[in-house]
Amino acid sequence: MSSASLKPATMPLQDPGPTPAERAAVQAAIDACRALPGALLPLLHAVQDALGYVPASALPLIAQALNLSRAEVHGVVSFYPHFRSAPPGRHVLQLCRAESCQAMGGGALEALARQRLGIDYHATSAGGAVTLEPVYCLGNCALSPALLLDGELVGRVTPQRLSELLDTLETAS
Amino acid sequence: MSTTIYVPADAAALSVGADAVAAAIASEAARRGQDVRIVRNGSRGLFWLEPLVEVATATGRVAYGPVAAAGVPELFDADFLSGGAHALGHGPTEEIPFLKNQERLTYRRIGLADPLDLDAYEQLAGWQGLRRALSLSPAAVVQEVLDSGLRGRGGAAFPAGIKWKTCADTAATQKYIVCNADEGDSGTYADRLTLEGDPYSLIEGMLIAAFAVGASEGYVYIRSEYPRAFRVFSRAIELAEAAGFLGADAAGSGRPFRLHARLGAGAYICGEETSLLESLEGRRGQVRVKPPLPAVSGLFGRPTVVNNVVTLATVPVILAHGATGYRDFGLGRSRGTIPLQLAGNVRRAGLVEKAFGLSLRELLQDFGGGTASGRPLRAVQVGGPLGAYLPDAALDTPVDYEAIAAIGGMLGHGGVVVFDDTVDMAAQARFALEFCAVESCGKCTPCRIGSTRGVEVVDRLRRGEDAPGQAALLRELCTTLIDGSLCALGGMAPFPVLSALDHYPEDFGLAR
Ligand SMILES: Cc1cc2nc3c(=O)[nH]c(=O)nc-3n(C[C@H](O)[C@H](O)[C@H](O)COP(=O)(O)O)c2cc1C
Ligand code: SF4
Ligand code: FES
Repeated sequence: MSSASLKPATMPLQDPGPTPAERAAVQAAIDACRALPGALLPLLHAVQDALGYVPASALPLIAQALNLSRAEVHGVVSFYPHFRSAPPGRHVLQLCRAESCQAMGGGALEALARQRLGIDYHATSAGGAVTLEPVYCLGNCALSPALLLDGELVGRVTPQRLSELLDTLETAS
Repeated sequence: MSTTIYVPADAAALSVGADAVAAAIASEAARRGQDVRIVRNGSRGLFWLEPLVEVATATGRVAYGPVAAAGVPELFDADFLSGGAHALGHGPTEEIPFLKNQERLTYRRIGLADPLDLDAYEQLAGWQGLRRALSLSPAAVVQEVLDSGLRGRGGAAFPAGIKWKTCADTAATQKYIVCNADEGDSGTYADRLTLEGDPYSLIEGMLIAAFAVGASEGYVYIRSEYPRAFRVFSRAIELAEAAGFLGADAAGSGRPFRLHARLGAGAYICGEETSLLESLEGRRGQVRVKPPLPAVSGLFGRPTVVNNVVTLATVPVILAHGATGYRDFGLGRSRGTIPLQLAGNVRRAGLVEKAFGLSLRELLQDFGGGTASGRPLRAVQVGGPLGAYLPDAALDTPVDYEAIAAIGGMLGHGGVVVFDDTVDMAAQARFALEFCAVESCGKCTPCRIGSTRGVEVVDRLRRGEDAPGQAALLRELCTTLIDGSLCALGGMAPFPVLSALDHYPEDFGLAR
């Protein structure tokens, strides 16, 4: 959400529109979902699954396909934390911030991740390796603290385990 | 002769290496020339033992856990294939006190078999509730659910039968059954366990609901934080459809029922039923003003039953055994059983399905075994992020909707999160308000703005600025939230805050 807000000085005069790859992914999602009742969320999921984000430049295409205004589509995309408007890093690390994980040392993991990556939530580490995001419960509260790494659930996370995971992320691509 | 070994493929078990354990068992068996058949079952809900490996022996299933891949050769050395003794051995699974002392009705099948195996579902008494329902009139099915005393397990505890009756009595050409699988409350995982571990029980419950109220379409709204549950449940829908349980002539009833799984997108408020409906319709998840009730005008403006996963997955057992059999469990107005979910700093974390009426202390001590850290217990949060923090002195309260409400708490979806004496209750109060600010749908000013003001006030308290004045201000803000909120997010977020202030004033720099 942060990196999407371009500074006025760098705002292009004319939106160049989606790249060919973005356009193809969005069109495929439109074709797959447009006939569904309440199609917008499934469609946005399909776009994000394909690209890793929902490009702002694609919103007019989506709006047109579903007979919605661009503002309506933007309003939905921005309401839901799951949808990103800019490409994430090569890896996405989602730390559980909720109570059960707090009770089992989740706070120390947050501090460790922030310090090691040099970023706060909703940001991507220098070099584009890791995007750090908060989540509020992963349903793994019996094995707290928990995190999702590139969509894979990890439980009973210790600071040492998180350090090892971060080591592999920062070296691998 | 081949030995059957069970290694759960539930997300929680996988999160601590169950796949590696299954692979290690397969390769070690091959190396030793031993013939094993590995079944990937759901979790039994004894999470502190995950990965929990079970071996089918001549005398029943024997449990070992928590098993690490590196420890697998040692298990073979101990002859675990015949149930041999080992430090990680727990004897017959059914005799483990944590499991033996439960009353599992809704979760009677959990972890027994491959959750997607339709034959296993049938053998484990699947579809019996549906068959009985189809032999009754729709009105008689609604009456059974009414008589069972079943109340919604999603949080609000509203009688399911009354909701169904309202929907059944509303004439319409199209009606919907919507299952709320948003499970946003921290400390809860019962819905996830069902979606992954016994998905056909939910499908069966939804089929019964559809028959009872005359609905032809169903949606299951699953949170995006549960990617595996979404995949497993979507597959279960495909398999149930291929087997004729869903479709134009659902389960041979002569009526159509089609089911769709939909994915949420990370908004806690979409667990609130009207916000969930907005989301399903493709909009921002903003809370609708009631009335109209969803049972009268819900999804796409049609009469809609919205029920939690646990509520719907409990319906088959009620129909199979009759309303009286179910209502005989429990006490007062809390009938039947409830899946309690032990979480946080607790030695034995897992799912405990019990008849209403056991005390929180029995739950935490007999089942939970005290704190995981071994330090004294200081606070327990019951009922998710909007639930009150309860001190030790409150733990003799029975698990009962009314009894917990009477001490200012909420049973909610049944999550119980334990904190030891290292917890800073002012930090917990701050988090409750921060969570409210992050998750507010934005419709009401107190919830949207007041929560952020509340965070600032707690910060001043924690810095020791004007403690009595700030405490008074915090209480005033909480009153504004309680009185000026359309839904329970803003209306109940003050509960953890006020309970922390009341029971742990010293953490805010206030006198006791
Ligand atoms: C802020 C808020 C969040 C909620 N989250 C959930 C949820 O995650 N799951 C759920 O089943 N009910 C949730 N509810 C309760 C639903 O609004 C609704 O009462 C429930 O889905 C009805 O099903 P039941 O009667 O079977 O419990 C929430 C309510 C509020 C106010
Ligand atoms: S209380 Fe908060 S979440 Fe609930 S309707 Fe109002 S603004 Fe939305
Ligand atoms: S609170 Fe972290 S997984 Fe539930």
